[in-house]
Amino acid sequence: MNIVVLVKQVPDTWSERKLSDADHTLDRASADAVLDEINERAVEEALLAKEAQGGEVTVVCMGPERANEAIRKALSMGADSAVHLSDEALHGSDAVQTARALAKVVGTLESVDLVIAGNESTDGRAGAVPAMVAEALGLPQLTYARSVSVDEQSVSIERETDAGVATVEASLPALVSVTEKINEPRYPSFKGIMAAKKKPVSVLSLADAGIEAGEVGLANAASQVVSSAPAPPKEAGQRVTDEGEGGVQIVEFLTGQKLV
Amino acid sequence: MSEVLVLVDHAGGEVKKVTLELLAAARRLGEPAAVVTGEPGTAGKLVDSLAAYGASKIYTCESTEVGGYLVAPQVDVLAHLAGSAQPAAVLIPASIDGKEIAGRLAMRLGSGLLSEVVDIDAEGVASHSVFGGSYEATAKVTSGVPVVTVLPGSVEAEAVSGAGEQVSVEVPAVDPAKAARVTGRQPAESGDRPELTEAGVVVSGGRGVGSAESFEVIEKLADSLGAAVGASRAAVDSGFYPAQFQVGQTGKTVSPQLYVALGISGAIQHRAGMQTSKTIVAVNKDAEAPIFEIADFGVVGDLFKVAPQLTDEIDKRKS
Ligand SMILES: Cc1cc2nc3c(=O)[nH]c(=O)nc-3n(C[C@H](O)[C@H](O)[C@H](O)COP(=O)(O)OP(=O)(O)OC[C@H]3O[C@@H](n4cnc5c(N)ncnc54)[C@H](O)[C@@H]3O)c2cc1C
Ligand SMILES: Cc1cc2nc3c(=O)[nH]c(=O)nc-3n(C[C@H](O)[C@H](O)[C@H](O)COP(=O)(O)OP(=O)(O)OC[C@H]3O[C@@H](n4cnc5c(N)ncnc54)[C@H](O)[C@@H]3O)c2cc1C
Repeated sequence: MNIVVLVKQVPDTWSERKLSDADHTLDRASADAVLDEINERAVEEALLAKEAQGGEVTVVCMGPERANEAIRKALSMGADSAVHLSDEALHGSDAVQTARALAKVVGTLESVDLVIAGNESTDGRAGAVPAMVAEALGLPQLTYARSVSVDEQSVSIERETDAGVATVEASLPALVSVTEKINEPRYPSFKGIMAAKKKPVSVLSLADAGIEAGEVGLANAASQVVSSAPAPPKEAGQRVTDEGEGGVQIVEFLTGQKLV
Repeated sequence: MSEVLVLVDHAGGEVKKVTLELLAAARRLGEPAAVVTGEPGTAGKLVDSLAAYGASKIYTCESTEVGGYLVAPQVDVLAHLAGSAQPAAVLIPASIDGKEIAGRLAMRLGSGLLSEVVDIDAEGVASHSVFGGSYEATAKVTSGVPVVTVLPGSVEAEAVSGAGEQVSVEVPAVDPAKAARVTGRQPAESGDRPELTEAGVVVSGGRGVGSAESFEVIEKLADSLGAAVGASRAAVDSGFYPAQFQVGQTGKTVSPQLYVALGISGAIQHRAGMQTSKTIVAVNKDAEAPIFEIADFGVVGDLFKVAPQLTDEIDKRKS
């Protein structure tokens, strides 16, 4: 079974995140960058499927040169190889362009049975790129999975949303996205980290992937950020120490605010 | 004036509040046209409330297939209407299904997508709150029919009567090789409490609550305030409360009038889901807990002493 995992490098949520003053895109230099936590789980799910069914796991990542670190992490967990789409012209791409570009890269790979992604990234949080990649590839989407089961011909998931849990099925090839509740990702072993250094990573430019420069990038995006600024900081209000009257004091505060 | 398509979110034969909010947003941009998708017989129950909130047209797109496939029928219907009605924009609730429908629609139409907006003006400039409310940005679509997902609770619904003219639309047959089949559904138990993302008041518990049994303290307070119950990820991961109630970066984003955080430290990822709440009250026994940095009123103390007293006081005032 040929499995592709879509992984993204994101600014660590623990560090301060900013948009750049110049063009309102993500200021990647200001924060530590990590493999998105949800994508570790996507890699884990791919490795479990490979262990059960046999096959190969290929990591696909679109991002600047530095995203290489995130790719290595996925390889050290046990993925077999990687494709890194990296080109200056991709800077500032919106969700539609990102999804099209990822679909093009997946299209360069041979006989893909299953594409696995995270349900939503921790930076852009569009929560839609997997569905959009499925649209571009003409694949059934089985997204927001809290559990996945695959056999040679088909895949079935439990999809958990606000509306409840749905069982969703499709035949392969198909695309799956997983939520943070799906599994506990393995830690890369020392052996895994050493082996990852030798695993093949093919770095593609736009031309290599068959993407026109006019299809991607800030200048060609179909949506444009007009302005951005840090939100005015929320000021801490009143604080009291409970000396037996804490609950009463809250009610007094709420009454003052006309909230009760 | 051009039409503005609004995808109707409904459950149990009722229109969800977010739909009415979207109709109000749509009126700023043009003539609101509600798009109802569902099994045959769905739209009949919804038309009155849609018209009462300004829908000038109601497209009824009913088929037995709608519930049987994931998001594909809605995308097909909206893509068809985008072609025939030439709308000024398509507004979709920023639910999980809604975000996916919007994304696929934008791909199919070659349009720009604005995701999770909290406001939109007559020129189509939309406001986003990003990085969990720590940044604000405005954006607009520069090519194609704008496809916009709007967060529940961000635009005020307006009762204003619309013509509510019903137009029935055929749902295109789904290509089973390209769509996933839904073979079973367990609806979320809504219980008697308001829905988390729509509630005016949210009471959340964290790891400090200590056990699933002790969450009763949170629920009692929530019920006396008529609130929804939320939980931190640590509380969910410890098995104290079900995952669908998680608030935060990887859980729900809430923006109620009042948010009460009990035994929650206020990690940046939790704040990401609640810091745009109008008023925040926190109870934590650690005076250094970061939640106090954003609380309008903080009590340093034991939640098991403060919360029951608070519940009693509110019940007293009610009676
Ligand atoms: C604050 C902010 C707001 C934005 N708002 C908008 C908007 O309103 N409209 C818009 O069109 N764009 C928007 N963007 C841009 C958009 O987020 C990016 O185009 C982004 O590359 C794709 O969206 P996502 O990361 O949010 O995807 P999500 O749909 O949240 O990502 C889900 C999964 O898709 C896969 N994936 C996503 N990106 C990659 C990648 N580069 N490489 C490999 N796998 C990937 C991963 O598996 C990931 O877990 C915004 C960006 C930021 C930082
Ligand atoms: C990528 C990523 C995504 C995440 N997404 C989310 C998310 O969506 N939502 C989320 O919540 N977290 C999320 N987290 C986790 C987040 O970092 C914190 O770990 C989590 O919010 C902590 O939950 P907590 O405040 O309940 O627990 P803790 O941090 O353990 O805090 C418990 C608090 O309870 C107080 N306390 C204990 N006993 C009492 C008592 N009797 N009375 C009063 N106070 C008491 C303690 O003083 C302490 O401050 C995410 C983390 C990562 C890395």
